[in-house]
Amino acid sequence: MRPIDVIEGKVSVLNRADVDTDQIIPKQFLKRVERTGFGEFLFYDWIRDGEIELEPNPILVAGRNFGCGSSREHAPWALEDFGFQAIVAPSFADIFYSNCTKIGLLPAILDEEHCRAVAEAGEARIDVDDETVTCAAGVFEFAVEPDVKHRLLNGLDDIGITLENAGAIDAFESSGAADGGPVTTAL
Amino acid sequence: MPKTMFDKLWEAHEVSDGLIYIDLHLVHEVTSPQAFDGLRMAGRKVRRADKTLATADHNVPTDGTMAARLIADELSRVQVETLERNCEEFGIPLYSLGSERQGIVHVIGPELGVTQPGMTIVCGDSHTSTHGAFGALAFGIGTSEVEHVLATQCLVQKRPKTMRISYAGELGAGVTPKDLILATIGRLGTGGMVGHAVEYAGPAIESLSMPGRMTVCNMTIEGGGRAGMIAPDEATFEWVRGRPAAPRDFDAAVERWRRLPTEEGASFDTEVEIDAGEISPMVTWGTTPGMVVEVTNAVPDPAAMDSPADREAAERALAYMGLEAGTPMTEVALERVFIGSCTNSRIEDLREAAAIVEGRKVAGSVRAMVVPGSQQVKATAEAEGLHDVFRSAGFEWREAGCSMCLGMNPDILIEGERCASTSNRNFEGRQGKGGRTHLVSPRMAAAAAIEGHFVDIRDWS
Repeated sequence: MRPIDVIEGKVSVLNRADVDTDQIIPKQFLKRVERTGFGEFLFYDWIRDGEIELEPNPILVAGRNFGCGSSREHAPWALEDFGFQAIVAPSFADIFYSNCTKIGLLPAILDEEHCRAVAEAGEARIDVDDETVTCAAGVFEFAVEPDVKHRLLNGLDDIGITLENAGAIDAFESSGAADGGPVTTAL
Repeated sequence: MPKTMFDKLWEAHEVSDGLIYIDLHLVHEVTSPQAFDGLRMAGRKVRRADKTLATADHNVPTDGTMAARLIADELSRVQVETLERNCEEFGIPLYSLGSERQGIVHVIGPELGVTQPGMTIVCGDSHTSTHGAFGALAFGIGTSEVEHVLATQCLVQKRPKTMRISYAGELGAGVTPKDLILATIGRLGTGGMVGHAVEYAGPAIESLSMPGRMTVCNMTIEGGGRAGMIAPDEATFEWVRGRPAAPRDFDAAVERWRRLPTEEGASFDTEVEIDAGEISPMVTWGTTPGMVVEVTNAVPDPAAMDSPADREAAERALAYMGLEAGTPMTEVALERVFIGSCTNSRIEDLREAAAIVEGRKVAGSVRAMVVPGSQQVKATAEAEGLHDVFRSAGFEWREAGCSMCLGMNPDILIEGERCASTSNRNFEGRQGKGGRTHLVSPRMAAAAAIEGHFVDIRDWS
């Protein structure tokens, strides 16, 4: 993935709570076996029905519990492919949050009041290293786990990092701790 | 210090700080193709094919198409064939269309006995929490993580917080595990469990059958929970005993499993207490599983809601659902009924529904279908004659798959159709664009199919 450091620019706003991944990318688009090209199907029904309008700005401000429901990583793929580099919200669903960090789409948690301020400002600058969102209304801090931050700033492949630690996995397996479970290949 | 079951599961699988070993990785056709592509591009192998198991479930037709190459929808065919090729290439056992072990991934795991207490289990599907019913740590992951587990058999995880929901008392007659979990989500909200591994406990949980426990853990994700789990006991051990993947030295395994439950005095980050005796049959009225009421209640009035955000969400939900505030739920008429999904498609669910419809007819205004969770559930049901009961009543009897829970196959609602569904999500468009989903238990769905509207199963005969 691409390293991300500073994300700066205009803000799009989706002021709804509990936006689920079925809305972000409806199921009929999950049949593709590729990883790219999902942006044009983002919020397919809502945009096509004229319920919402969204500009492909660098930053999206969303409502609480954004990305709830299905674990489909197609949702972050679609948001990123559409043009968003960061999503600012009061809270995210766990799997969605994790999926975003794996592809270099920054999920930043600010409280409701600060989310509103960023939305109203219309423009913002997010500094991943400093963990701040700066807009006309002020400078707001968010938190990101140190290892996630390290990966985002350096654009590192999670698997590559884990494989550097392959010795620990080998040791865990040879200790017998991984034994005793079902052997799927013997069924 | 006394430990929770979660603490024990986590610590037994920690390879290094924040790196968790995975005992079982379940794979299906929708969230895996890009992960296999990633492996190929990086020249990586699958580390432990012997701890990986695949099936085709999300977009398989349920009309009797018995091989991937015969699937009429081209994109679905390509996706299932891609899974077959990937499993062949990487040596992963697969139960695809045509296999007598094919079925919904969360139904076949427990059915084959590969789901066992004390394990860590992941799958690129949010309802992986189902397997927690066995005293396992089980949760859904995204495709990047699927690739990570394929390559390393491990997962980078932040340790979640812990929550215990204790249910005092017992469920009343006609009240099911589905009602228990819907009532819980209604109370805590769709984000109420976010960031937590949730343990369900108390007398009302201990007295549940394994399928009932699976229904409860299955919907943990609808409350935002990372994982749901229930302490293993005799019912758990009896379920696993004799299944194809059951441990050879079963007694030794049971001895290990008995050490898993949360110890007296262990502390949780959050504790919730619910009186199971006060739970009624539940029906959702809106577009999240948290928008739910007792069947004896009416569609809520957004104007009576305190928070502006809740009011706005409720207004939008009612407009989508085509419902008026104040309408009694028992007067809401239906066009469709779906009995199926990883929440409620096991043999026990079908038996309960069949007992309701036996000797009766589906209302003329309703199209109803039963989709067994797996080929084995289907075979068992047919051996018991349940298919005849359903068919005589006017239900369609289908092949195994996820089907209309998410409508990736041809089983979908058309715009405006209203459906009583035993599945897990009533999101907008989930079962088809413009489709209106009401989540209920199998008994409530079966009775609604007969009457053409919701009924209180407790006083219906």
